[in-house]
Amino acid sequence: MAFELPKLGYAYDSLVPHIDAQTMEIHHTKHHAAYVNNLNNALQGTGNENRKLEEIITEISKYPAAVRNNGGGHFNHSLFWEVMKPNGGGNPTGDLSDAVNKYFGSVDKLKENLNNAGLTRFGSGWAWLVVKGGELVVSSTPNQDNPLMDIAEVKGTPILGIDVWEHAYYLKYQNRRNEYLAAFWNVINWEEISRRFKLAIH
Amino acid sequence: MSFELPKLPYALNALEPIISQKTFEFHYGKHHQTYVTNLNNLVPGTKFENATLETIIKEAEGPVFNNAAQVWNHTFFFLTFAPNAGGEPTGALADAISKNFGSFAEFKEKFAKAAVTLFGSGWAWLVKKPDGTLEIIQESNAGNPIRKGFTPLLTCDVWEHAYYLDYQNKRPDFVEGFWKLIDWKVVASRF
Ligand SMILES: [Fe+2]
Repeated sequence: MAFELPKLGYAYDSLVPHIDAQTMEIHHTKHHAAYVNNLNNALQGTGNENRKLEEIITEISKYPAAVRNNGGGHFNHSLFWEVMKPNGGGNPTGDLSDAVNKYFGSVDKLKENLNNAGLTRFGSGWAWLVVKGGELVVSSTPNQDNPLMDIAEVKGTPILGIDVWEHAYYLKYQNRRNEYLAAFWNVINWEEISRRFKLAIH
Repeated sequence: MSFELPKLPYALNALEPIISQKTFEFHYGKHHQTYVTNLNNLVPGTKFENATLETIIKEAEGPVFNNAAQVWNHTFFFLTFAPNAGGEPTGALADAISKNFGSFAEFKEKFAKAAVTLFGSGWAWLVKKPDGTLEIIQESNAGNPIRKGFTPLLTCDVWEHAYYLDYQNKRPDFVEGFWKLIDWKVVASRF
């Protein structure tokens, strides 16, 4: 079965003023949709059409660049939409909160690390919070790579991804990636990240 | 000696509607300026303190390379343009393009394809190789062909910041407009 563009769990204008409605709509219906279409085209006739996206991603070195770029694009954006929500923000709770304090010292320190990972990713890419061997680490990847890929520098299970392609913020923030990253913390969905954390450590 | 943002030989609104004044204010006034500022902050105390931009591009790595190459690339890109330009090259450059690509139309098609299909941030280039032949290449991020010993003749910036305010995800529309801005006399002078 071909991959499909997932629906968002909230309206395009519901992350305003942190992320504007036009950016959300273009990001979802144009950029993400193109990754899905291009991924389906790249897999067509290869015998891999029915494989799960995670299976493909974890063995991405065996696939051509079109699968790496578009499969990564589909996976990363699907995760990105879910780790945001209207009226998000605040702090993690429970086991995730304990782990954040253990590995980063505080949630502010984690935010600082992720902001720095996003700011210093030169060109297009993603900043990640990753479960790696039961520990939490921050990393970044170029373009549409991600930590699940067997080619990633830091390999593990991503539980939070922040898109730092210019298309993610340019209409509202232009060259000010730092302001976009600061605003992201107001729409973060910690419950979803906790859910992914629990799955990743078990 | 510090690096400086070059003056543009046209007004920031002179290339409208293909590139808006707003895009120029950010692309030239912020992105290009930031690469210049970053470079000037990075080189003091390094072996590149008195080096030319070209030497830095050939020899540096990491942030020094990235900012130096982005200064060079943007200057080269912006200085290719003129209001009411476009058309086709003439003379020896036109002959070389026909010889290497079949025709100007085929060259345009191949160059546009390189610009449109480059994944992520980067630059499409027309270069002259040491043996005199022309080639179209893609470079990611700050990539610059002089590092490979090639002579750059023409480039198109396909970082999203080059076109997002005017064209959003429609990079092909930006590349189509790009042809109408090229001053082929400038390109011929580099040949
Ligand atoms: Fe994106």
